[in-house]
Amino acid sequence: MSEAELVLFLEASVRLGVPLALAAMGEAITERAGVINVGLEGSMIAGALAGALGALAFGSGGAGVLAGAVAGGGVALVFAAFAIGLGTDQIITGTAITLAGLGFTGAVYQARFGATGTALTLPTLAPAPVPLLADVPIVGSALFAQAPTAYLAYALAPALWYWLFRTEWGLELRAVGDHPDAAAAAGVRVRRVRALATVFGGALAGIAGAHLALAHAGTFAENMSAGRGFIAIAVVALGRWNPALVFLAALFFGAASALQYLLQALGLDLPYQLFLALPYLLTLAALAGWFGRARAPAALAVPWPLRR
Amino acid sequence: MARPEQRRIDLGALSVAAGAVVAAGGVGALLLLAGGYEPLGAARAALAGAFGSTEALLSITLVRTVPLVLTGLAVAFAFRAGVWNIGAEGQLLAGAIAAAWVGLAGRALPSWVLVPVLLVLAGCAGALWALIPALMKLRLGVGEVITTLLMSFVAIHLTGWLVHGPLQEPRGIFPQTEAIAEAARLPALVPGTRLHAGAFIAIAAAVAVAWLFVRARIGFRMRAVGASSSAARIAGRIDTGPIVLVAFMGSGALAGLAGGVQVAGVTYALYEGFSPGWGYTAIAVALLAALNPLGVLATALLFGALEAGAAAMQRDAGVPAVWAMAVQALVILAVLALDRLRRRGGGGAARV
Repeated sequence: MSEAELVLFLEASVRLGVPLALAAMGEAITERAGVINVGLEGSMIAGALAGALGALAFGSGGAGVLAGAVAGGGVALVFAAFAIGLGTDQIITGTAITLAGLGFTGAVYQARFGATGTALTLPTLAPAPVPLLADVPIVGSALFAQAPTAYLAYALAPALWYWLFRTEWGLELRAVGDHPDAAAAAGVRVRRVRALATVFGGALAGIAGAHLALAHAGTFAENMSAGRGFIAIAVVALGRWNPALVFLAALFFGAASALQYLLQALGLDLPYQLFLALPYLLTLAALAGWFGRARAPAALAVPWPLRR
Repeated sequence: MARPEQRRIDLGALSVAAGAVVAAGGVGALLLLAGGYEPLGAARAALAGAFGSTEALLSITLVRTVPLVLTGLAVAFAFRAGVWNIGAEGQLLAGAIAAAWVGLAGRALPSWVLVPVLLVLAGCAGALWALIPALMKLRLGVGEVITTLLMSFVAIHLTGWLVHGPLQEPRGIFPQTEAIAEAARLPALVPGTRLHAGAFIAIAAAVAVAWLFVRARIGFRMRAVGASSSAARIAGRIDTGPIVLVAFMGSGALAGLAGGVQVAGVTYALYEGFSPGWGYTAIAVALLAALNPLGVLATALLFGALEAGAAAMQRDAGVPAVWAMAVQALVILAVLALDRLRRRGGGGAARV
């Protein structure tokens, strides 16, 4: 394997890992508050469409990312209204939100651009090499010649870790996810914290979706999130609900997806579909191996206040 | 939360279901208006497409209803025991793969052997696909929401590989298998239509699951575990592990059977993109029926008609068919919200 191939592999790992990292770090915060949002996929696809439309309307990729965040957060707000406001079952509500997201984005896209699915030409989110750092051999161009959303993910990993484990607010959030009754007795507004954490997670998933549309594909396609929202939820468990570890787990998943480039470069002739299935198999294996020792937030997926 | 006796007809659940359909229809119509479509024209096109003729009813609506009944039962079976199997899609594909393989490999066998073997192996394949998440939950404590979903993606790519590789039709052009043996196919129910004997299998399965839930001891235990796992273990002295395993396997088998019936009754082949998402629609089907197996027959018909109607709506009124997916989601949300509000008002007891 040559150095060029290694760089290609690392670069692809990061590129494929970044949208997962963004969505999964957001979901980690949501889950730490005791809410599992299976509607993340819906936030992501909404973010992808809004990112594309926003970039078209304002002629800039940055505006697209903002639009993606708003759309993703908005979808999560609907989830929160049902699951936190009404106390409906989180998993079923999330599944419905995902279906709604996939259905409505498809309908809006077809209504706007026709059923034939013409490829959009969008103002994309071009790679923005960081001066000096991008010149470091091998790792530099893999890590620091990415789209700006990648740098957001790099910054969020330590920031969210610090916020969650070293600040008063982070403590409150974790209390809400572990012992909501105790947190409420201590004066924490449990449902408000849960709603905010959910919307935050949705906004990050929306940014991840915008990244897919603007930095990855350069267009919007129906169902383009392709299950990444669900994988992000697996990545959260893989990273043990710790934002920094979740970030690394997302990169691991990205690397598993990028293996196809590496193995092709090595001249191994394996079926293409095996590579497509590999990340899911590796995630299953990783969950089986690590999950036993990790502990989910105690009140995860339990509505609060408990009624009947 | 578990009631000792289950009433035959739950009026509360029925009113929730009716209210949910009306609410989802209303919101869907408003959204159509907002999208610049004409809701009445769209509704007329949809109704005509689903029920307008014998051909529409038998060849389109009912044919689409059959896999939804079986997958809907699969979801209800698992949810009843509190097992969140949202991977019916993958288990259905596993069943379809097994069915296609039997239908291709068993060319020498007579029909009375081949069809039962095909259906049984399809069910076994679905159960096997559900066994992995079941063992991960029971032995390792990994939540089934994630694992059943991941297994669905694996099944999708496994199907893709098989129809591009080992099971591809001999000319090697299309990503699909050769047509299965004539003897492996389910007979048509009404000559000249596409309605097949799988409709009877679906009805029989619904009756069987209903009997199991109401009359059999395992059905009661599943309800008890679903209502409260710890209460069932401590107060009811129920060993929850085997019950959870039964819920997974039964659910997987029903979904696998759905895939087998679809291959043997409709498509006669396996191909890429085999399922248009039956495993997910099944969740709406099961919930709207309040997990009642006989109710699933009715709600599956409703969603079968919705899908048939959506296709007609796209053709005749220019409304994108993906609206149907959004309407399904609205139905689920409406059921959840109404059920919640009903209980807050002090009505019936918790079930879902």
